[in-house]
Amino acid sequence: MKIFPVAGGVHLDYRKELTRDLEIVVMPLPRMLCVPLHQHVGTPAEPVVVSGQPVKKGQLLAAAGPGAVSAPIHSPTSGHIVDIVNYLAPHPSGLTQKTILLRTDGKDQWGELPAPIADPFTATPREIAARVASAGIVGLGGAAFPSALKLNLRTGHTLDMLLLNGAECEPYLTCDDRVMQECAAEVVNGARIMAHALSTSCIKLAIEENKPQAIKIMTEAGKPFGIQVIGVPVRYPMGSAHHLVKAVTGRETPAHGRTASVGVLVHNVGTARAVDHAIRLGRPLISRVITVSGGAMNRGVNIDVPLGTLVSDLVAFCGGFKNGTMPYRIISGGPMMGHMLPGLDVPVVKGTCGILALTAEETNEQPAGPCIRCGACVTACPSGLLPLSMAAYIIHEDMAGAAREGVEDCISCGSCSYICPSHIPLMHYFEYANGRLRALDRERRKHEKIKTLTEARQARLERIAAARREPRHTVTPSAVMVTPPATPPATPPTGEIKASA
Amino acid sequence: MNVSQSDRRGPFTHAPNSVRQTMLLVVLALVPATVFNGWLFGWPAIFLFALTVGACLAVEAGCLKLQGKPVIATLNDGSALLTGWLLAMSLPPWAPWWIAALGAVFAICLTKHLYGGLGQNVFNPAMVARVALLVSFPVVMTAFVPPHPLFTSGAPGFLESLRITFAGGFNLDTMSAASALGFIKTELSRGIPVSQSMTQAPSFLNMVSGFHTGSFGETSAWLILPGGLYLLWRRVISWHIPVALMGTLFAAGTLFHAIAPDRFISGPYHLISGATMLGAFFIATDYVTSPVSKSGQLVFGVGCGLLTWIIRTFAGYPEGMAFAILLMNAMAPLIDHHFRPRTFGRTRKGEPLPLKPLAGRRSL
Repeated sequence: MKIFPVAGGVHLDYRKELTRDLEIVVMPLPRMLCVPLHQHVGTPAEPVVVSGQPVKKGQLLAAAGPGAVSAPIHSPTSGHIVDIVNYLAPHPSGLTQKTILLRTDGKDQWGELPAPIADPFTATPREIAARVASAGIVGLGGAAFPSALKLNLRTGHTLDMLLLNGAECEPYLTCDDRVMQECAAEVVNGARIMAHALSTSCIKLAIEENKPQAIKIMTEAGKPFGIQVIGVPVRYPMGSAHHLVKAVTGRETPAHGRTASVGVLVHNVGTARAVDHAIRLGRPLISRVITVSGGAMNRGVNIDVPLGTLVSDLVAFCGGFKNGTMPYRIISGGPMMGHMLPGLDVPVVKGTCGILALTAEETNEQPAGPCIRCGACVTACPSGLLPLSMAAYIIHEDMAGAAREGVEDCISCGSCSYICPSHIPLMHYFEYANGRLRALDRERRKHEKIKTLTEARQARLERIAAARREPRHTVTPSAVMVTPPATPPATPPTGEIKASA
Repeated sequence: MNVSQSDRRGPFTHAPNSVRQTMLLVVLALVPATVFNGWLFGWPAIFLFALTVGACLAVEAGCLKLQGKPVIATLNDGSALLTGWLLAMSLPPWAPWWIAALGAVFAICLTKHLYGGLGQNVFNPAMVARVALLVSFPVVMTAFVPPHPLFTSGAPGFLESLRITFAGGFNLDTMSAASALGFIKTELSRGIPVSQSMTQAPSFLNMVSGFHTGSFGETSAWLILPGGLYLLWRRVISWHIPVALMGTLFAAGTLFHAIAPDRFISGPYHLISGATMLGAFFIATDYVTSPVSKSGQLVFGVGCGLLTWIIRTFAGYPEGMAFAILLMNAMAPLIDHHFRPRTFGRTRKGEPLPLKPLAGRRSL
């Protein structure tokens, strides 16, 4: 299998050996689950339950919100709703969001589930996408984009390949690796269903070569169905969809585009498994496999966690922190693209792929020094940008300059920050710049909108004034129509205003 | 709830590297040549080396203190040490003490701190100092001596060496000798063809081993080359600048030597003489003053090589490496502007890639 060259990237210290060989365990039910209504890209889900209401496992708690992009939320277990409150979100801002508090009853009783789709390969793509949507499945690689919407990309794009992403290029994380090893059949089935929904027969699975076990098992499992497993080089950020597609197919997604525009749809292996559960068992997405790891954690695990489980419960299950002290950093996700948590009392959500407790030595944070223009960031950037010169603009608050340098093409992979010998927080700068640019863009559009509305109002007022003057000052109606020479159909607007007035 | 910790964006892991480590690796790569040449040129050279490095550190400390910047922490980054080291290696080995002191002021104060400190200078500090000294004090700066290895007859003793460095220097008329390139240039100006003067210049073997007249750290190509290769292996530098520089110099030398051997020095001789090795591996590759992209570095290297050859061949000075590097330093921002990597998903002009209809794809 030819692997196409991808520029940039860095070799990381993977530290996957902490949890690589640990089988997935199931988290014992905590007494309380905090299920946020906004666990996905798009609008928040809207609750369909009320305080005090008993619920069953798999029951709909909140329906997909308004707009095209949203996902429903289901009950991870049986119990009753305590309240729907504003609760701390698993987001570095420390802001709260609407969250359903669920007291579990320990019985873990399934409610009534939609009937499994007996033979998904005779079902229409629309049926499958609808089931995936109603099961609340979102991309489990971390992006949390509603998967059904991606399946619907078959309209408007010519797709010829489903590429399963098993690269798992972030350090520490081993959950995808374990899912592939332990649930290969489910992943394969889910992938086949998705490929069917996309009307493509070509399925490929890309796994970084540091997971030989997963490659072996998935190759076996995929063989009967023609699923080709591809070992891709171990180089971060190989798991970035655009770069993975480039490596596997040689096709380069245009800027601002999706991989679908070059004919490839990328789904995470965990997502494939969730699709299998939704179609074959009728089960919605109510739990996910995550990795708990890091040098400050007493015991690392790969664990199947009900969504809404508090990180503090998870930490307790793993035997707490080493030395009983708070670790230097608590991270949700991988150490490269993950973010800090505002505390331990935040829930695990659909987009959480790991919880890491890191020591100061592991993070190797140092105060930033001056840029020595070594160019390591330029070599490392997988997007072909010049991080050092973008940073120079951003330090001087010149967002237009940073935009000219291409900061909007930054994929926030963090390779530049990782490799910078001066420890300059480059990715921090770029995220800041992109936030500022988005805000500036919103402001500009707002101004434009106000301007067009003001102009329209001005024009309307003038027309009204003209219309009022018309009977008094004109002898014949044609005289008015003659004044604007190039606009013969001047009558309809005046007519409209008259009609409305 | 503790939310004060969450003000930092990732990554939450970092490569085990630092500016200090980079600088110290470069210094380490220079150690073999330095030790060998210290032996080769004796006590005066060792004094000059220590003085230059010490003066650079002192000037750095002074500049930092005046600016109210942390002194010890910044000195620790090793950049002043490296600048001093490189400057010492580019000086005539028996130069007097004030050359070292003045060089340190030129390099650290005028070239680096006046531009804003580490990373902000346009020109390579060591080379600016060398060129400024050469232009200001041409006699002292071209007073090269042939090797006087330590503990051999003819080598100055410790006390005499102190006198050479600190009081009065040495007798220019009896002791000094021309460097190989200088000798050939002088002979050429007297009408003696290069092909003839090259036979009287130090032999190829002596040029490589370092047993010839020249600057303190430049003469032993056989020790500088492994140092450079070590930096390549440790990925402190990439091959682009050294290969482009030496390739261009070699190609230009070989080509013109083939056309007119009486007028032009041969390619191999260009590579092993003067500051070629030191310049290609240690000075042109200076991060701060060279382009950041690989394509830019190739252009930069070719430019350095070509200018070195032109200056060596046609200009008044026998050696052109320092001038060539400084001229290309000035070009580096321009090179950076025009030679940059292609952005993923975009054409070289910056437009999003056009969508090509792929063969064999069905429309749904």
